[in-house]
Amino acid sequence: MNTAVVQLRHPDPAWRGRVMLFIAFAVVLWPVLVISEFKPWILFDQQSIMSTARFLADFLTPAHSAEFMSMLVEQTWQTIAIASAGLSLAMLGAIPATVIMTQRLSVSSLGTGRMHALSAFVRHVVRAVLVLLRSVPELVWALIFVRIIGLGPTAGVLAIALTYCGMLGKVYAEILESSDAHASDTLLRNGASRLSALLYGALPESGAELVSYTIYRWECAIRGSVVMGFVGAGGLGQRMDESMKMLAGSEVSSMLIVFVLLVAAADLVSKILRKRLG
Amino acid sequence: MSVSSNTSSGATALAYDLQALTVRHLADDAAPPALHEIQLSVAPGEHLAIIGPSGAGKTTLLATLSLSQRPESGQFHVFGQEPWSLSQSARHKLRARLFLAPQTPPLPPRQRVVTAVLAARLPQWSLWRALVSLIKPADPEAAWQALSRFNLGDKLYSRVDRLSGGERQRCGLARLLLSSAEALLVDEPLSALDPALSELTIATLRREAAERKATLICTLHQVDLALAHFPRIVALRKGRIVFDLPREQVTAEMIDALYHGEPRSSKPLPKHDEHQAPLAVGGCL
Repeated sequence: MNTAVVQLRHPDPAWRGRVMLFIAFAVVLWPVLVISEFKPWILFDQQSIMSTARFLADFLTPAHSAEFMSMLVEQTWQTIAIASAGLSLAMLGAIPATVIMTQRLSVSSLGTGRMHALSAFVRHVVRAVLVLLRSVPELVWALIFVRIIGLGPTAGVLAIALTYCGMLGKVYAEILESSDAHASDTLLRNGASRLSALLYGALPESGAELVSYTIYRWECAIRGSVVMGFVGAGGLGQRMDESMKMLAGSEVSSMLIVFVLLVAAADLVSKILRKRLG
Repeated sequence: MSVSSNTSSGATALAYDLQALTVRHLADDAAPPALHEIQLSVAPGEHLAIIGPSGAGKTTLLATLSLSQRPESGQFHVFGQEPWSLSQSARHKLRARLFLAPQTPPLPPRQRVVTAVLAARLPQWSLWRALVSLIKPADPEAAWQALSRFNLGDKLYSRVDRLSGGERQRCGLARLLLSSAEALLVDEPLSALDPALSELTIATLRREAAERKATLICTLHQVDLALAHFPRIVALRKGRIVFDLPREQVTAEMIDALYHGEPRSSKPLPKHDEHQAPLAVGGCL
């Protein structure tokens, strides 16, 4: 009785909104599941269980013949090279784009709150270019480049460079915008240039986040290069595609182990660097 | 027009000349102006303290003086120039001649003290010099000297996040010593310091300003320290200047009225309060 009275006196103003949001989600999500033909029970169909079992049983004995291993090492190295080269090229484009886009570092808006019309326009253009770059999936870029320059790692490198330039630029700018502006702002107010305010104010504030995001993206680039390998952009993915088509479970298994190791290595590097910087 | 040319010819001698200056915060247009019809002239090399209760507009005034807040109306001259009619790059060059030390020390926690202090030189440095100094500090000796004037010499290579609040505040002021500014604008330099360090800090600031013949404008909560150290006191209340006097002419009644909500025109407080006023003010702050 008592609690009921208390509830009446202090109705939670957010409650009704939360319930409505939940219902809205359910209403939207159900048709989404239907449209996407989400039927997990197909997995447990008699025939697919049999073939899956055979394929998976092969996984238990990863391929490790000397010939296969030397191929694996070579292809792994190529995959790492594709990811690293692609990401480096992406950063070459993303860093200047970030510097241009970050509103924090705007000298013209200092004291007025309004940016100069020209710099606002340039910012919009850069932002639009980045949207364009990342709105085309790397797989599509890879397909385009495979058509233009033929099969091989170059297509993969270019595809990663373009898509990731869009992603890195956007997220770098957002990391810089969301960090504490006090240091860079004060440097600007005291007459420092845009780039030196970036170097002495904004980067030390968010250096660790930038590094860890970059390494996470490197990890994504490795995975991305594998997927692109399936369309002929070189690296482990291309080999995996061949092994898959031959239902050689043991080879696929070895390659998957290599992926896990690569991602774990990226994670380790990120952790070490964060520790040093943070 | 004649007024403007008058003031600018007169202003060549002045570090700052503010005539009927009204400043409004950028975020809310509807709010009353943060500073209202401010009238203030500051000669080069002059030292003055700005006092007043919280929210009086002290920080906004410093932001305006450091060219990081554009006034809404009125006349504003810095070293005889009208900063807001200059080109953007000329205005930014002018900013390098002013130094604003904000109340919260603007030091990135993961930066080393030496880098944070040397950042004062950025307006003079080329980008290349700035980059190299990130790897090998350009002038650690100068940074050490600045720090040791605030008893912080041993923190030269520490990281900023290893410093205490008071050490960070003094580290921010050590940066001021390395700038080559001709006007030093310091916001609440003592808010995290104990009385002994407060004395040292104010004395260091004043000596530095005197040595390089720079203008020193300092906002202070500690009225007793302001009166003890600064020859000229400007009192702000609700965005208006209440008084602007040599310290000899500032009375306890004026201070009391400034802080205790009595309009200046109303009668002075009872006699026995007069004696306690500075103590009471110091106590509640």
